[in-house]
Amino acid sequence: MSDRPWPLLQLTLARIREFVREPEALFWVFAFPLLLAVALGLAFRDKAPDRIPIGIAQGAGAGQAAAAQAAAALARSPVLLVRTMAPREAREALRTGRISLLIEPGEAAAGGAAPGGGGDRPWIFRFDQTRPDSRIARLEAEDALQRAAGRADVVAVRTELVTEKGSRYIDFLIPGLIGLNLMGTGIWSLAFGITTARQKQLLKRLVATPMRRSHYLLAQVLGRLVFLLPELAVLVGVGWLAFGVAVRGSLWLLFVTSLLGAMTFCGLGLLISSRVRTIEGVSGLANLVMLPMWLLSGVFFSSERFPDRVQPLIRALPLTALNDALRGIITEGRPAAAVAAQLAVLAAWCALSFLVALRIFRWR
Amino acid sequence: MPESLLETDPQAPPAPAAPEVAVRCSGLRKRYGEVVAVDGLDLEVRRGECFGLLGPNGAGKTTTLEILEGLTLPDAGEVEVLGATWAEGGNALRQRLGLALQETQLSAKLTVIETLRLFRSFYLRGRPPETVMARLALDEKRDSPVGKLSGGQKQRLAVACALVGDPELLFLDEPTTGLDPQSRLQLWEQVAEFRRGGGTVALTTHYMEEAERLCDRVAIVDHGRVIALGTPAELIASLHAADVVEFASEPELPRESLLRLEGVREVRRHGANWMLAVGSLTAGVPALLAAVERAGARLAHLSTHRATLEDVFVALTGRALREE
Repeated sequence: MSDRPWPLLQLTLARIREFVREPEALFWVFAFPLLLAVALGLAFRDKAPDRIPIGIAQGAGAGQAAAAQAAAALARSPVLLVRTMAPREAREALRTGRISLLIEPGEAAAGGAAPGGGGDRPWIFRFDQTRPDSRIARLEAEDALQRAAGRADVVAVRTELVTEKGSRYIDFLIPGLIGLNLMGTGIWSLAFGITTARQKQLLKRLVATPMRRSHYLLAQVLGRLVFLLPELAVLVGVGWLAFGVAVRGSLWLLFVTSLLGAMTFCGLGLLISSRVRTIEGVSGLANLVMLPMWLLSGVFFSSERFPDRVQPLIRALPLTALNDALRGIITEGRPAAAVAAQLAVLAAWCALSFLVALRIFRWR
Repeated sequence: MPESLLETDPQAPPAPAAPEVAVRCSGLRKRYGEVVAVDGLDLEVRRGECFGLLGPNGAGKTTTLEILEGLTLPDAGEVEVLGATWAEGGNALRQRLGLALQETQLSAKLTVIETLRLFRSFYLRGRPPETVMARLALDEKRDSPVGKLSGGQKQRLAVACALVGDPELLFLDEPTTGLDPQSRLQLWEQVAEFRRGGGTVALTTHYMEEAERLCDRVAIVDHGRVIALGTPAELIASLHAADVVEFASEPELPRESLLRLEGVREVRRHGANWMLAVGSLTAGVPALLAAVERAGARLAHLSTHRATLEDVFVALTGRALREE
């Protein structure tokens, strides 16, 4: 019966209808993370690693022949991409990062042999040692030049390449995108929905009815959680079908973790919107809360890159906890016990944000 | 804005209201910062009547109504609605009330019927949403999103949301402000219909015509206080002038000469015209025309109307109800 009093159901239905009748909202929840996953997945798909561009400065006179000879030796390296350049142009290229290493012929000692000939005319390697690819290029270039000049290897080495699934960038990315999406959807849908209702005096109108306030808030959370399963299915499904990112752990644990994550961000969304009166105000506040987590919580790159000193702080962020747990479950197949610490962090955030939000919530 | 707590009287709770009283308040005060919105206001709404708060914008009508609705806590004063205070009534009281606020925008994405079902779901008893929708002539818009409705339709939907819980008492805040004449008539008809079913209505308005047509009793409110109270007929009769003559002449006649005319109770300016409150037209108009004749002036404008609540308000405050 349509007119039977099921207020919680009616409120939840209202929330879902508002959401699905907003095409932009659907785009941000479903299409955007997919586009991001596909774009980044393609950009970082499996292929031979790029060669590192280096430059060799053309010398004058005898140096010119030596440079050509050296360039030929360097070109045999599978790692380097060699370009011969005019000295001035080469310095410029190094400074702007178009090449990672610049090799210049040094001053010849009087009567010495030509460079590269193993004599006393040195090669000068110019590079920025904070750049990892420059350091690789330096080692590789020296190795190539020394071999060309006749150095013999003393120890035999054999290379075996590993391309195990789970170690690729897309394997890293998919769990991060799921976490990011759970955060964005949870915070935006609660914060926007509630603030709009407050701004339009709808909250005030609703509390003038016998509606139970807890029903309203619960409906906002339920209206968001309804979309959790399709959202998860889309991201996990596309990751699996398009990129072969398989879930190694339990799907059940993945769902429970995502549910806890979604709840936590609903709580934060509720907290953000508990007193704000305008959409502009809530946008600013939501961005303020989310931006640090976009950067720090290991969505696009590992959070371990940040200094040790801030690691405890980063690990205490809800998105870091969620991403770490999701990664553990999806790529490493960890059991519940192994992600318990992260789940505890999430649960703490969840409880805290709901408690504070309900305490300070403004209905007018 | 800070919302101070209800300042309850330390004495024993007031005796329960007589059954014929639907709403009673006394000594209401509410200030917002420096602005005193309600300044010691008392009133009583009887069961089954339509009671109007009439006053200009900013007179404190909306604040008063929201205090009565239990949405705003007064700084001082007592409120009793359907025999209970808000502190003791709470949600049980809300079950028996319907209301339309002045500025609510219902969710634009929901349809008319969805909105009504939502509001219906909050009440234990109520009327079928379809019936209420038909009553307010919204059935053609049944499946239209609220965002696509006209102003009049939105206003009717707001009233429908107020009626869907089958209330005993209806609060309407400026229900017809900004509506076209036809929508206004439709709403008036719905209020009358509600009262035929035994309902009580308290409304605010700054349209004297609305107050006269709809209300059994009217409180004229200015600066947060009731400055006059009675039936529209009583209030108008208090002018001792049933009609108003408005005229302009070339050259103008002095005020003193107009006040001396037979049957003229009051004289005031209205733009370029003089307005004379007269006991009767049959005495007042000939006297005025004779005076114009005597002065050798030419009549530029002459019109008359029955005295209205607007004239009462002007007589009481010296200001017009709506400054336009």
